[in-house]
Amino acid sequence: MKGYNFGFLDEVSKREIRRKILKAIAIPGYQVPFSSKELPIPRGWGTGGIQITLSIIGPDDILKVIDQGCDESVNAVNIKKFIKAVTGVELTTDTTEATIIQTRHRIPEESMTEKQILVLQVPYPEALRVFEPSEVETRRMHAEADYARMWLYLYEDIVKFQEISIGARYPVLVNNRYIMDPSPIPRWDIPKLNMAKTLYLFGAGREKRIYAVPPYTDVKPLEFEDFKFRVEDFRGKCCMICGSSDTFLDELIDGSSGERIYICSDTSYCKKRRLVRSEL
Amino acid sequence: MGYEAVKGGHEAIENACRLFVYERVKNVKTPIKVEQIKDELYLLVDRVMSEASLYAPQLAALAIKQAAGDCFEAVFLLRAYRTTLPRLGYSLPIDTRNMRVIRRISAAFKEIPGGQILGPTSDYTLRLLDFTLFNENKKTINKFINEFLSELDLDVEEFPMNFPKIVDILRNEGLLVENFEGDRTFSDITKQPIIFPAKRCEVLQAMSRGETGGLLLLAYSNMRGYGDIHPTIGELRVGYVPVYIKENLLSGEVISIGEIKVTEAEIIAKFEKQEGKPSFTLGYGLCFGHNEIKAISMAVLDRAMQSKNPQMISENQEFVLAHIDGVESMGFCNHYKLPHYVTFQSDLDRLRKAQKEYKERHK
Repeated sequence: MKGYNFGFLDEVSKREIRRKILKAIAIPGYQVPFSSKELPIPRGWGTGGIQITLSIIGPDDILKVIDQGCDESVNAVNIKKFIKAVTGVELTTDTTEATIIQTRHRIPEESMTEKQILVLQVPYPEALRVFEPSEVETRRMHAEADYARMWLYLYEDIVKFQEISIGARYPVLVNNRYIMDPSPIPRWDIPKLNMAKTLYLFGAGREKRIYAVPPYTDVKPLEFEDFKFRVEDFRGKCCMICGSSDTFLDELIDGSSGERIYICSDTSYCKKRRLVRSEL
Repeated sequence: MGYEAVKGGHEAIENACRLFVYERVKNVKTPIKVEQIKDELYLLVDRVMSEASLYAPQLAALAIKQAAGDCFEAVFLLRAYRTTLPRLGYSLPIDTRNMRVIRRISAAFKEIPGGQILGPTSDYTLRLLDFTLFNENKKTINKFINEFLSELDLDVEEFPMNFPKIVDILRNEGLLVENFEGDRTFSDITKQPIIFPAKRCEVLQAMSRGETGGLLLLAYSNMRGYGDIHPTIGELRVGYVPVYIKENLLSGEVISIGEIKVTEAEIIAKFEKQEGKPSFTLGYGLCFGHNEIKAISMAVLDRAMQSKNPQMISENQEFVLAHIDGVESMGFCNHYKLPHYVTFQSDLDRLRKAQKEYKERHK
């Protein structure tokens, strides 16, 4: 784009963000404060993720952007348009082709490799915020690994509802040290964080924090011996387009019949499956 | 098939953007010139510059036009532009004693050295709609200006170049004490995020780019009763201050790069025991442009946040500073319009399970 630097941000800002990313990788799960610039895209619309992507992207990268698993959703379209305009990089919808994938609320179904980076957009970087509003206090709790109130919160939920009320954004313990907010991915995606081949970078623009899960890091969802972590239950349901019964499904209400129907949340994977099926 | 609609789609988004432009221009006979916004809506321009923290009247006026008058949007446009500009340097500290004052009042004393200068303000107007403005034109404007200026007795010679500070008088008499604790070194909140507890320079920077309505809300809560500082406006001044930079770091040569219009408020709060001796305390506010509500709110909050034992939200530094940035709050508020069906699916799954458990227990 005329009049703007490659990747929109000036090089000094990019360098600062890259340094913060390195620190985040060195301390898995720890939230590193960063300056967080304003972008032409609003706060809360993925500005943390975008700043990470813009700081690490080069002319040869191939970018995929998804929102809720979908390449065509409003947020993904917006972000793609912007990053394409300021970098000119190649875009793709294929998970395996991309070198950088920026995502909101999902991790792709297809497994990723060491050569790829997944950038997650984060609205609330602080997993402890659900019960403690003060940043001073939550930083202290992390520093001292004082997580008793987190466990108590989960325990009280079970007592009240015989169920944990946290749906998405389920807290995890990273590298046996920091409790981390995995961003609002469904619980379905949590196991994908553990011992993954791919580098996961998390950016919270409004809250000005960057954190990371490096490849091959231990990531465990919080659970009790007698109350185990469980992912969303899609038993007996399958995607009405590709027939998949082992992917995260979006529940839709059919406009004409009022019936519940299910389709894959990961639209590009769904499309691939359909192709494979039609070739058979 | 019903599900296609929820995916939005590239084309619909493009058209929504163009419709926004269409809506602004579809009934326009004479488009507003950016220059007109700058001149006639100057208070809005001031507000946008202040909240965007970029002193650029022309660009602020452009942002207001592009945003169809939405103040939050205009601030956002200007702030997003600001972020692309490299920080070339810092100005030298500005001494507002050297302000070219256009308005200057004190509520603390009836008579003040230099006098009360009322200046341009809507404070004393009757808020009656002026229907003659429907037909305002160059002729009526010239008539008003000529009449107004001819009736004034303008003796520029007698007008002082600067005015003494009211709070200096109190300081000199030992009635007002400022002892700010903590780190006094300078930091730039656009380069390093605030880590709480924030330094006072960070507090003032954050408030100076804060959203006027947000600052007012929190300050008003303190004024009304959720707080106890009982402010008096020691001095409120509006005017122009010169901005100097060190042009050459080696020779130390200082040059002026122009002047900016600012509003400054100094509020005197209820006295407190400071190192044994009871004294008044000070709250300080300063922002770009003419925006008295913002400067006063800032000063009240500055003082409130110095409370030794914070009880109320306006005294809680973390609460105040984390919630006053308009660009951040408007962005996050708007983000709820984005699809959330994956997270909602997770919540649905939890609720269904919890309801099932409930049913089984209450059979």
